[in-house]
Amino acid sequence: MVTNLKPHAASISVIGAGIAGAWQALAFARAGHDVTLYERDSAAMTQATSHWAGGMLAPWCEAEASEPVITRLGARSLDLWREALPDTPFNGSLVVSHPRDRADFDRFAKLTTHHARIDATKIAALEPALEGQFRDALFFADEGHVEPRDVLPRLHDRAASAGAAIAFDTNWQPDDLKNGKNNIVIDCRGLAAREDGDTDLRGVKGEMIVVETDEVSLSRPVRLIHPRWPLYIIPRGDNRFMIGATSIESEDRGVSVRSALELLSAAYAVHPAFAEARIVEIGAGLRPAYPDNLPRIAIDGQRICVNGLYRHGFLLAPALAELTLGYVERGAIDNEVMRCA
Amino acid sequence: MLTLYGKQFSSRLLIGSALYPSPKIMQDSIRAAGSEIVTVSVRRETAGAKTGDAFWSLIRELGVTVLPNTAGCKGVREAVTTAKLARELFNTSWIKLEVIADNDTLQPDVVGLVEAANILVKDGFEVFPYCTEDLSVAMRLVDAGCKVVMPWASPIGSAKGITNRDGLKLLRDRLPDIRLVVDAGLGAPSHASEAMELGYDAVLLNTAIAKAADPVAMAGAFKSGVEAGHAAFKAGLLGARDFASPSTPVIGTPFWHAVS
Repeated sequence: MVTNLKPHAASISVIGAGIAGAWQALAFARAGHDVTLYERDSAAMTQATSHWAGGMLAPWCEAEASEPVITRLGARSLDLWREALPDTPFNGSLVVSHPRDRADFDRFAKLTTHHARIDATKIAALEPALEGQFRDALFFADEGHVEPRDVLPRLHDRAASAGAAIAFDTNWQPDDLKNGKNNIVIDCRGLAAREDGDTDLRGVKGEMIVVETDEVSLSRPVRLIHPRWPLYIIPRGDNRFMIGATSIESEDRGVSVRSALELLSAAYAVHPAFAEARIVEIGAGLRPAYPDNLPRIAIDGQRICVNGLYRHGFLLAPALAELTLGYVERGAIDNEVMRCA
Repeated sequence: MLTLYGKQFSSRLLIGSALYPSPKIMQDSIRAAGSEIVTVSVRRETAGAKTGDAFWSLIRELGVTVLPNTAGCKGVREAVTTAKLARELFNTSWIKLEVIADNDTLQPDVVGLVEAANILVKDGFEVFPYCTEDLSVAMRLVDAGCKVVMPWASPIGSAKGITNRDGLKLLRDRLPDIRLVVDAGLGAPSHASEAMELGYDAVLLNTAIAKAADPVAMAGAFKSGVEAGHAAFKAGLLGARDFASPSTPVIGTPFWHAVS
């Protein structure tokens, strides 16, 4: 543990302004610390993994293929999102399946909590566009979602209003750290942290497609049971929908025809009108993950690395920022996510 | 010991590397299963051979024999090309040959399979063909030069267990010198036991372990199931009979009990 940190005079350098770093900067700035957020990309952040994210805030759905710590941190994050951005929509999420994937649907229901099984009438009441499409669904009433490309600049603005300095287009190397007692570096670079030898990290490709149609309207994300991936149709503004995402053990950034077919047919299975939608964007991001696919806050003296958020960046970033702040101010340790050198 | 194409193994549980919640859980499950042979899907996980080195090193760390799999290939040419890619990538002549007829059922295309097996064996591959329980198909695969034949128990990922026990039994009886592995469709350790009790040499599993609520614990359960079934086969199972055969003498049993 670091014992020589002076809680209210700490000078914090956060490296990487993606979702993990944005929340760290916001949390520390709001707590009155002297924060500088460094980002090698421009303010548009088109190179960031966050740019390709779905922005699902679905801690209970995620329990299907994640360990309990994801749900615990995710549930805490929901409160922090509400507090930071009160207009964040919490309309819940719907989980539906094609009749042939019924066994996987039942498995999903068994492995998750905080949901209600609802019938066709209730589905139509929640999402009129889906009337008659599904016999039943799982409704996770407490979940939410954000639009990553809107929310990221808003978080930067909040951090700046709270006193953080933000330096875009700036390369910052951890070696630059001057070992002043109150200088703390929080490294949130994701995969780029490998350049400094974090060899446990790997990239997991997630492909997504954005389509546009005014024939379908959804007010919450719809998850379609798929034998391999968690696939969501997430409503964005302007009649747009994001369909994502695959999860492939590859660091290739291309989108395969097979993945595109699977993503588009998922949308079509949710509503046939998606067949007429316009394809607006196809892309892929590489999520930084450790072998256990769990997030890690690694503490080594004045340097703290927050990484491995995998598919759960928007879900976990607020809770991880709170934990890091708790450590710096009070020495609080969370044994599930923190590793001390 | 189990001998497959000249290599010896003590474990009779072959395991797949897909669908786990994380690579760490995959590694722990494979260790818990005691498996020495791990199948790796060439198509899905390589994306033009650019798979993250990180993922491969996690498989290599296990020190297992890798059995590349032409998963999802839909034609002879595609399967043959994928097999050659796998040979380059993994530096092995072993190939699990899947030629899929139909995307819904993932049913093997047995005609294409025999054709592809012929091509690959001639090219020096040691082929593990995934087929149905049809005897004539298995014989054609043997004629092609396959020393291992891998019939399904039921469709991939269905977890239904053995749906044609007589068909699998017939294969065992008629192909005594061929290594037979039940591949696909097993959902419970009892299914794996049943396959081993029929005299099968091994079973191959993926979904039933990877998608269990606790994959590592389920891997251990399948390990026990396979071992129990194999031990029972070697011990000599009793044939089923129509009436109970008392294990204690009935002499001395009051007649009103004996007739009930």
